[in-house]
Order: sequence, then structure tokens, then C-alpha cells
Amino acid sequence: MRLDVRKTYKLSIGGAFPRSESGRSYEVSDHKGGFLANFSQASRKDVRDAVVAARKAFPGWSGATAYNRGQVLYRVAEMLEGRRDQFVAEVGASEGLATRKASREVDAAIDRWVWYAGWSDKFAQVSGSSNPVSGAYFDFSVPEPTGVVAAIAPQESSLLGLISVVAPIIVSGNTCVIVASEQRPMPAITLSEVVTTSDVPGGVVNVLSGFTREMAPVLAAHLDVNAIDLAGAAPADVADLQAAAADNLKRVVTPRAEDWHVDPDPGRILAFTETKTVWHPMGV
Amino acid sequence: MIDLVTPTWEYAPAPEARDLANIKPSYGLFIDGEFVDPRDGQVFKTVDPSSEEVLAEVATAGPADVDAAVRAAREAYDDTWSKLSGRERGKYVFRLARLMQERARELAVLESVDNGKPIKETRDVDVPLAAAHFFYHAGWADKLQWAGLGPDPKPLGVAGQVIPWNFPLLMLAWKVAPALACGNTVVLKPAETTPLTALRFAEICQQADLPSGVVNILTGAGETGAAVVGHDGIDKVAFTGSTAVGKQIQRQIAGTKKKVTLELGGKAANIIFDDAAMDQAVEGIVNGIFFNQGHVCCAGSRLLVQENVHDEVIDRLKRRLGTLRLGDPLDKNTDIGAINSSEQLERITSLVATGEQEGAESWQPDCVLPERGYWFRPTVFTKVEQTHTIAQEEIFGPVLSVLTFRTAEEAVQKANNTPYGLSAGVWTEKGSRILWMAQRLRAGVVWANTFNRFDPTSPFGGYKESGFGREGGRHGLAAYLQTGW
Repeated sequence: MRLDVRKTYKLSIGGAFPRSESGRSYEVSDHKGGFLANFSQASRKDVRDAVVAARKAFPGWSGATAYNRGQVLYRVAEMLEGRRDQFVAEVGASEGLATRKASREVDAAIDRWVWYAGWSDKFAQVSGSSNPVSGAYFDFSVPEPTGVVAAIAPQESSLLGLISVVAPIIVSGNTCVIVASEQRPMPAITLSEVVTTSDVPGGVVNVLSGFTREMAPVLAAHLDVNAIDLAGAAPADVADLQAAAADNLKRVVTPRAEDWHVDPDPGRILAFTETKTVWHPMGV
Repeated sequence: MIDLVTPTWEYAPAPEARDLANIKPSYGLFIDGEFVDPRDGQVFKTVDPSSEEVLAEVATAGPADVDAAVRAAREAYDDTWSKLSGRERGKYVFRLARLMQERARELAVLESVDNGKPIKETRDVDVPLAAAHFFYHAGWADKLQWAGLGPDPKPLGVAGQVIPWNFPLLMLAWKVAPALACGNTVVLKPAETTPLTALRFAEICQQADLPSGVVNILTGAGETGAAVVGHDGIDKVAFTGSTAVGKQIQRQIAGTKKKVTLELGGKAANIIFDDAAMDQAVEGIVNGIFFNQGHVCCAGSRLLVQENVHDEVIDRLKRRLGTLRLGDPLDKNTDIGAINSSEQLERITSLVATGEQEGAESWQPDCVLPERGYWFRPTVFTKVEQTHTIAQEEIFGPVLSVLTFRTAEEAVQKANNTPYGLSAGVWTEKGSRILWMAQRLRAGVVWANTFNRFDPTSPFGGYKESGFGREGGRHGLAAYLQTGW
């Protein structure tokens, strides 16, 4: 009988896997209330470090060609597929799903990632435009990534919901700081390992486990975060987080009743883009 | 050799007829299709900033008036406007566009008198663009499902709109035209110092037989605006104005279902490379910061000049500024009109003083200021550093801060070194450099070898703390629709 080697679940910041600088951890139970694992309880300092890492990664990731980003993200889907059994076990343990149901969640999550990866070189064609202005000018509009985006991952749907939030943020070239589901963080931490080993540059996806109520206000008020997705914020906290976000006029996506199984539209991609319009005179 | 002496040609006065403005002594609020007195009887005066003469008494809308206007807008939405087909709705908006064109001269004079801006700008820019905005959006009313914003876009309901004083009628058009075309009804508050063209637009709504309550105009100051934004019956807030007020609005509506778009301040870089076509670039600099007395959120208020052409550009610029004519806004030869209000004049004066205290070097052309009214000479600051207040804060006046750069990378870095991100200008004859720069400038509008161009088909709006949402084009429609996205 061989004793298994257990994993230490850590944060993911800038392509590295640190414990919380605070040294804190918290216990996460499986759906039956048994011990699942200890997770790092990220501090405000960890949040700020993650924002710094995300900002540093932004020029490179947003400057990559759309084709390149699409390939890198597709690579992530390949790696997700390779870890499929692990995700099934983790989603099953986290969400209390039997293997068949957990498999369906994981399959949907991988397929969702592929769907978003394919948008990388298409959303600009859908949401851009050539503008027929009244004058001798060439005038066009293109969507560009907003910058550093924070996301409070859905609390219930630990992988499908998570991926449905993360993928649309990064596909356009944003970098992000993700607050994992507080009580179901395991698939998020594994996703961070997948992303980090899939040609995604360090700092593009930073994942923090810990207490949502501790981290969300810091992200909402952070002056170097350009937008925030409040998908997993407690309804009672949304108004305060929205108000804090006004400090630097963040773009805010507020939570709504979401069935993550329903095929999405490109709305979440476009929510984290800015339309840039360029004018140039025509003449000889 | 014949000694040719260039004669000096004096300009004769060329005033537009002031009586075309046709201003009444007092105006009520426009609620439910009628002009009514304010419930609590409060009024304020609007003045001609070029003479400080009172033009008219205007009502201050209090909470009860706001409530009545929102209720009228809601009833109009429920009972008539949302039941009309897009085609019929569009025809009303076309009527508004045509009426504005018919009354263009009157509107231009009225706008010049109330705002202080030169008649050639109201005549050639503000009013024609405002009419064009209605004309463009009218055509969208029955085509929204093809706008690429989802298969079944729906109106939001009642829009509360608060607009600034720098382009009163044009900003009204940017707000009202897409709102109506998308099927919403509106409660609009024009700026305190420039209410008259909005009230004239109310008369145009009457002439168009627009159903009562579809457009409501509430005059007043900041408190009235806050009451409109905060009213429970508002589904959508659209604001153009300062970044500070934009943040207040975002806080005020936190936790509500209200959809919001904010078009806020800017501190745009206008970047001149050494290979730029210099005559055009200098015109672009002048247009960028001295158009509309610099009361432009997207004004090119920071001039970034490549170091090796700094002296040449500044010499040419000074020469050109010496030819600008400052004075009577109604004179057709006037380039620079009056500052809109005494408050704004104080703000500009104080920021310019700060610029001098902090060590920048100021220069003004030698022009005579009229004795009455609010005036400020075009001002150029050289030796400006990035940390100077005048390089960071929006002045909203005819004041240019000049900085230099050596490389394109440095120009990008300096241009983006601001919390704002509304617009930017690039002047170079090299096409690939234009596109390289355009890609890296974090701003919603990039003007390459031009500046301060606007068009109803062209989306306008900011990055970062210049706000969010777009106005104009297909993108601007999203601000007034439930797209399902």
C-alpha cells in the first residue's frame, strides 16, 4: 500500500505559486463536510501584488497578435483536456456531484474555453466598424482590451462558471486577477496550474484563494484595476463594491442570475473592451 | 526693384443679427409637452458671457418638477412611444432633424449669445452637427435589429440626461437623438449657464408634434441634475461633464439597475513628429486647443513636440496665434469668443497662475480684451514638466502646455501618463508610425493629421477616467438598448 503524495494548494501570482505573504491558510471542506484541503488565505498585500503582476503582463499580452492569443488559449484547452480526470474529481468533491454529472461540467467547461479561444481574432470584426463620416476622412473603430480586470469568480459553479468568467476577459488581451470561489477554490487553483504551463505569459491570469469579502473591496477600490466582474460577489455587497469602483471609474459587470450551462453570447468579451476610433484625412 | 509694402487690411465689423435669437424675458420648464412654471417658483438668470447682460430668467426645477417630468416621460413611454413602430418613431426624429436645419441660423445666433462661442463655430459646427446627429439616428429607429447588438434589442425606458455648457445644443443632440431612435423617452437637464437652445429645442418638439412627454427639459443647476440622476423612475443615466461629477454619479447609482454612460474630462496629448507637415500641424494645434475657447473635453491641451523641431513649431504657433481675432462672438470674423462664465474664467486664471508659480513659461499674443464680459487670451506654456499641475489637470480653457519628446516610445509614455484617456492627436507623414502610435495611445479617439473632428457615424468616448460608453455610430446605440448581452 503506497501513501499518496498530497498537493499544497497555493496562490498564482505572476506565473509563480506563492503561499499568501500573510502565511494564513483556511480549511476547505468537501460537500459532505469532510476535510478537503487547506488553501492559502490571500491578504490585501497579495491582492496588490497580483494587480502589479497583471499590469506588468498587460503590454505583452495585449500586444500579441489575435492569432497568437487564440493559439495560446487553445493550448490551454488541450491541457485542460489532459487533466480532465483531475478536474472531474475536484469538481465532484467541490460541488458534490457524482462522476457523471461532474464529467458533464468539465466537458462543458473545456468546450466553453475552446469557444472563447476562437473569438480572439473575430470579436474585433464583429464589434469594430468603418465609419462613413461626412468628409474626406478614413475613420474606423476597433475594440481594445480595457486593461487589468478583476473578477470575483462564481461561488457555486467552481469550474464552468469560473471559465465562463476568465476566458472572455483574457481573450481580448486583458490581464486579470481572479478571486476563486471561497468554499470551492480547488478547480481554480488547478486551472492556474494549467494556464501557467500553457504558454500563457506569467501575470496574465492571477488566481487568489481566500475570503471574498476581504479581497473584493480591495480590488473594487484599486486605482490600477480598470474593470471588475462581480459575478461571485454576495448580493448584499454589490452596491458597496460598485460605489468603491467609482474611485477610478471602473467598468463594472454586475451579477445576474446566470445559468452557466446556457451557450453564451459575446457580451462578456465586449464588456471588457474599449472602442477606439481613429481618423485620418484622405488626400493626395 | 519695386519696394512692395504689404498693406495692413483692417477687418470691418461683420456682426450677425442679434435679434434673430428672439429671446423671451422668461422661460418655464418643458414638461409633458407644455411650458410650465416651476412648482416652488425658483428662477435663475442666464447671461451673455460676452457682455454680462442678462438674457432671460429661467426656471429652477425642484424635486417636485423632476418627479412630474419623470412621470410624464414614463407615461409617454408606456402609452405612446413604446407602442409606435420603429418606422413611425424614426419619422418623428427625421422631423426634428429637418426643423433644426430650417431654424439653423436662429439656433446658431442663440447658441453664440448664450454660450459666448463664435458664430462661425455655431453656424458651421454646432448646429449642422446637431441636426446631422438627429438625421443619422432617425434612420436607425427601424433597423435596430441589424445593428449587431443582439437579435432583439429593446429600449430601456426613461433616460435621465445631464449635459454640459460647452456644446449645449450639440450635446443635447448626442443624448436625445439616440435615446429617441432607440425607443426611450427622456428627461434632459441642460447646463445652468446655457439653457436657451435646449428650451428652443423644446419648441421644435412642439412644432414636430412629438407626443407629449417624450422629451422633457428641466433647467436648473447641479441639484436638479442630481435629482434627475437619483430619481427612481429613471432607467438610464447619460452624463457629459467633469470626471469628479462622473464619479459622484457612479457612486449615486451604485446598487440600482440604472444603466449609465459617462463622457468626462480629458487631457489629450497632441503629438508632433519632426516629419509632420508643419503648416497643417500648427493649424491642428490651434484647432486642438483654441477651438471653442478650449472648452472641449477632448481638447489637445498637452502639446508633445519632438525635441528637434520644438523651436520651429513654437515660433510658427506664436505667429499664427498673433493672427487670431478675439472678441464679439456674433462677429463672423471672430476666432476666439468669450469664456462661458465668471466661474470658469476664475478657474482658468487660477490654473494659469499655478503654471507660472510652478516654473513653466507663459506666452500670450498681444490682443485687446473687451472691457465687459469674460475673456481670456490664448496662452501657451513652454518648459512644462509632466509633474506640473497644468500638465495634469484639465483646464478647460484656451491654455496649451508644451512638452517635448525624443522617441516615439517616449511620446507614447508621456501621452498615456494621465488618468484620462479621451483623445489624442498624432502628426507625422509616416503611415506606419501613425498606426503604431494609434495602437498604443490609450484614448477613445485618435486623430491622425487632424484634430477635433466629430461625426454622428463615428463613436466617441473615453478610456480610463474619461468615462465609459460611446456616443455616435453603431456603438452609441448600445447605450440606449437592452441588448441581452
